[in-house]
Amino acid sequence: MTRGAGDLMDYRVTIGLETHVQLKTQTKIWCGCRNRFGQPPNTDVCPVCLGYPGTLPVLNRESVRLTVMAGLMLGCRINERSTFDRKSYFYPDMPKNYQISQYDEPLCLGGRLEIEVNGRKKSIGITRIHLEEDVGKSIHYEQSSGVDFNRAGTPLMEIVSEPEIESADEAFAYLTALKQVLLYGGISDCNLEEGNIRSDINCSVRPVEREELGTKIEIKNMNTFRGVHRSLVYEISRQINVLNDGGSISQETRRWNDETGVTEAMRTKEYAHDYRYFPEPDLMPVVLTREQIEGWRATIPELPGDRRARFVREYGLSEYDAGVLSADRNVADYYEEAARASGHFKAVSNWIMTDMLHAMSEGAIPIQEVKITPGALAGLIDLVDRQVINRPSAKRVFTILFEKGGNPADIVEQEGLSQVRDTESLETYIDEAITAHPQSVSDYRSGKKAALKFLVGQVMRLSKGKADPQMALEMLRERLDTG
Amino acid sequence: MSSLSALTIHELIDLLDRGVCSSEDVVTEVLSAIDARDERVGAYLDYDAEGALAAARSADDARSKGAERILPGIPIGIKDVLNVKGDTCRCGSRILEGYVSPYDATAVARLRQAGALFLGRLNMDEFAMGSTNENSAFQITHNPWNLEHVPGGSSGGSAAAVAAGEAVAALGTDTGGSIRQPASFCGCVGLKPTYGRVSRFGATAFASSLDQIGPITRCVRDAALLLGIMAGRDPLDSTTVEVPVPNYQEALADDLKGMKLGIPREYFVEGIDKEVEQSIRKAIRLCGDLGAEIVEISLPHTEYAVAVYYILATAEASANLARFDGVRYGARDEGHDPMDLYVKTRARYFGPEVKRRIILGTYVLSSGYYDAYYRRGQKVRTLIRRDFEQAFQECDAILAPVAPTTAYRLGEKIEDPLQMYLGDIFTIPASLAGMCGLSVPCGFSDAGLPIGLQIIGDAFREDRVLRVGYAYEQSTEWHKRIPPIRDDEGGR
Amino acid sequence: MMAQESSKNTRHIDVAYVAQLARMQLSDKEVPLFQDQLNHILHHVDTLMRLDVDDVEPTSHPFPGENVYRDDEPREGLAHEAAMKNAPKTRAGFYVVPKILE
Repeated sequence: MTRGAGDLMDYRVTIGLETHVQLKTQTKIWCGCRNRFGQPPNTDVCPVCLGYPGTLPVLNRESVRLTVMAGLMLGCRINERSTFDRKSYFYPDMPKNYQISQYDEPLCLGGRLEIEVNGRKKSIGITRIHLEEDVGKSIHYEQSSGVDFNRAGTPLMEIVSEPEIESADEAFAYLTALKQVLLYGGISDCNLEEGNIRSDINCSVRPVEREELGTKIEIKNMNTFRGVHRSLVYEISRQINVLNDGGSISQETRRWNDETGVTEAMRTKEYAHDYRYFPEPDLMPVVLTREQIEGWRATIPELPGDRRARFVREYGLSEYDAGVLSADRNVADYYEEAARASGHFKAVSNWIMTDMLHAMSEGAIPIQEVKITPGALAGLIDLVDRQVINRPSAKRVFTILFEKGGNPADIVEQEGLSQVRDTESLETYIDEAITAHPQSVSDYRSGKKAALKFLVGQVMRLSKGKADPQMALEMLRERLDTG
Repeated sequence: MSSLSALTIHELIDLLDRGVCSSEDVVTEVLSAIDARDERVGAYLDYDAEGALAAARSADDARSKGAERILPGIPIGIKDVLNVKGDTCRCGSRILEGYVSPYDATAVARLRQAGALFLGRLNMDEFAMGSTNENSAFQITHNPWNLEHVPGGSSGGSAAAVAAGEAVAALGTDTGGSIRQPASFCGCVGLKPTYGRVSRFGATAFASSLDQIGPITRCVRDAALLLGIMAGRDPLDSTTVEVPVPNYQEALADDLKGMKLGIPREYFVEGIDKEVEQSIRKAIRLCGDLGAEIVEISLPHTEYAVAVYYILATAEASANLARFDGVRYGARDEGHDPMDLYVKTRARYFGPEVKRRIILGTYVLSSGYYDAYYRRGQKVRTLIRRDFEQAFQECDAILAPVAPTTAYRLGEKIEDPLQMYLGDIFTIPASLAGMCGLSVPCGFSDAGLPIGLQIIGDAFREDRVLRVGYAYEQSTEWHKRIPPIRDDEGGR
Repeated sequence: MMAQESSKNTRHIDVAYVAQLARMQLSDKEVPLFQDQLNHILHHVDTLMRLDVDDVEPTSHPFPGENVYRDDEPREGLAHEAAMKNAPKTRAGFYVVPKILE
């Protein structure tokens, strides 16, 4: 099935993504039911979101703000006047059998998202962002299906990209960058397991020499980024194979089968479809003033790309480190607070990149819940810097701080971890080490320099790890070289 | 002795205040009127006698303990399209068989808060689609003035119940005339408020940009009282407007001095029944005698109103009625897949007029026809709205017939939907413009059928139409006549 | 609102097709009856074609208005049992429909 890379080179791939993002609000878009995941079926429901006769939608103010914020962060133009429309289609998870959406006057138009694939930067256009309602969920029994409307009415933002994505890797990078921006803005929890981000893919291929686009295939409802990537890898090669074999692609909707790793044509609908959009009479237009939009713009946090560049510039971090630290807004905030408190930018970066992120992933703890405060981390680095404690002790203090929190100086004291740096005590340990290991002494003197390392180790052991290893080394060398 | 069930709300409040009767007495008499007459009238789909009596007793109890309510235990009939918590709400349709409402419509909740009680569900054309009540899936309602005739529609049950003494007052809904026309056909007072004046929350939607809830009563003062209670912004209905609610009863006056009343030339054309025209002309003269200045005005796009209405109302309805699919509530026919379930359920439980309108509404929105029909309809709606805006530069209110004829004979128009639709020509324009309109009895045909005068007012100027209606009513006797079916009352 | 040609014959309505869009199955009697009645009605509706409305704004709401919101605050919903009581068919807290085949 798979062909050589040569085939791929003869074709151009065009991909557009329609990404649905659930907004982080307390309540649903039209009613006061809670917007949350994981409740028993049909418990976060009311007459409005169940589409009972006589009920009416009332727009959640916060859902508008979050959509506009997303638009601003993606460089969109915000429509000062925006309206809602009804989109008709019958489906069991759709309580009213029409979805309230936005057709020709969406909240946001035209934006861009920067992505990076294999070190190459590219900007993908955003066509529009509109606000709509999510539908319910179904489960399937042997003979029937069950519908749960808890999700129905969750505020949903649809972000439509320009067809400027040209590979599976770029699609993956686009979604990753999008998620980062949305997390930064607090727009969505972006929890893929909970279905916060779901994409429909449009994909076509054409021979490089052809001007007009190839026939578009739609792959519906992808809820993992990896799935988007895998399905595109498959679909692109499938389409190229069809064309190579002299066949033609017919416009259709396909479904990704994650288990078998192929896309499958969906059964063609036996019923005619026509969305019959018309203006929603139950909702009034949203009209935003310049001041309101500018007020929101002022609250936009620094975007991940900008922050990464600033980390390199301001803290002298490597591109890589800056990238890791700025990927998550909370981690970046943490880093900056600790770096500012400490002044040792690189040391703070090292601690977070190694010990902190490791311990966090080990315990599956988000940085917001970590017990060690940025101030404590700065304090710990200061203790190392002033040689109050040595590296191994510092690791111990970190572990304690991570688990229990507290003040690093107090922990050093409680645990008796201060470095032994007075020459008198060190002399005692050195005497003891030399006496116990005469062979090592003579080895050193006969030129085996490694023996010195062993003796420093003995001093460390005798001091229960508290000796300043550098001082111990120097004093030992002086003793053996002169004695 | 005059029957309590024949009195107005104001008369009853007076008797209750003076301790002459109790709410239980009132409900008892209304129930016995229903018992005596409803077999012939057919206004009620169902009613809860025990529940109503219990609610009346508890209202009496509260009053004896000093509770002061505007409507102390006053029973009000409810059109079957409105949600009342714990009651059925079938909208005259078999597709809502089995549905019990878990909530009160806002208008209902406000009346309940004011002390009113609700004794039953009044018949209507299925989903408010019709002008005769013949489109009810359940029963025919007869005009209390002549049982061979229709009560009008779609709030026919509401008007018939009030006319027959089976309800002190009732709520209806008006999309293209569904309060005003049955009120006219049954000799009652009916008020369609300005769009946005009364919350639509809880009124099962027919056409969302047109529907309004309003009262059907025995006198203008009662309509003013009920409107005052129901009106005002509702956080549950985004289309209600933040316009202060005046005291409508204080606006009532015995004369029309200083008022300018417009007579639209397009409403007096061929096709209008001679008897109706004579009654309206007489009513206009009387308003002049009461001190109003009468001016001729023009509403030039009147002839297009019915066409616009049947595009826009059916389009909205086609979406509004999509929710009736047999999944979450109501009737259901099993199918082998969901689509099969829908087509079977909807085919079996919707009546012919509803199907006809859903098809028309679906068609005018469908790909290829949207611009030609729906969008053009919306544009002509703008022209009709401008007609009224212009007219209200020249007058304070408009006087017109409610309908070109008196109540049709049963079955007279059922075969010809277009003729039936054209009967709404005088009520539809104000609906499209969002204006308020009041229907007041203004005479009878030789055959003894009531004729209604329509008073159309500018947006949120219900105070003016009520004032005109009240002054006219107080100087005439039409509203005091009672239909023959009430001969058992012994007069008032 | 939508890019559509209006050159099609606006007076012909394919009742069976439109009924399918609206998810209703019409009987053999209903199709010709409705076809006839609706063509008659559409013939009347065509009087609108006489008007020049090129420069007229469409009316979606009778009165202008904007920015009607609710605050993002939870409100008590419907008890699960109350919701399920109205349902024609349920199973384990779900609304039951015939098997959905995508």
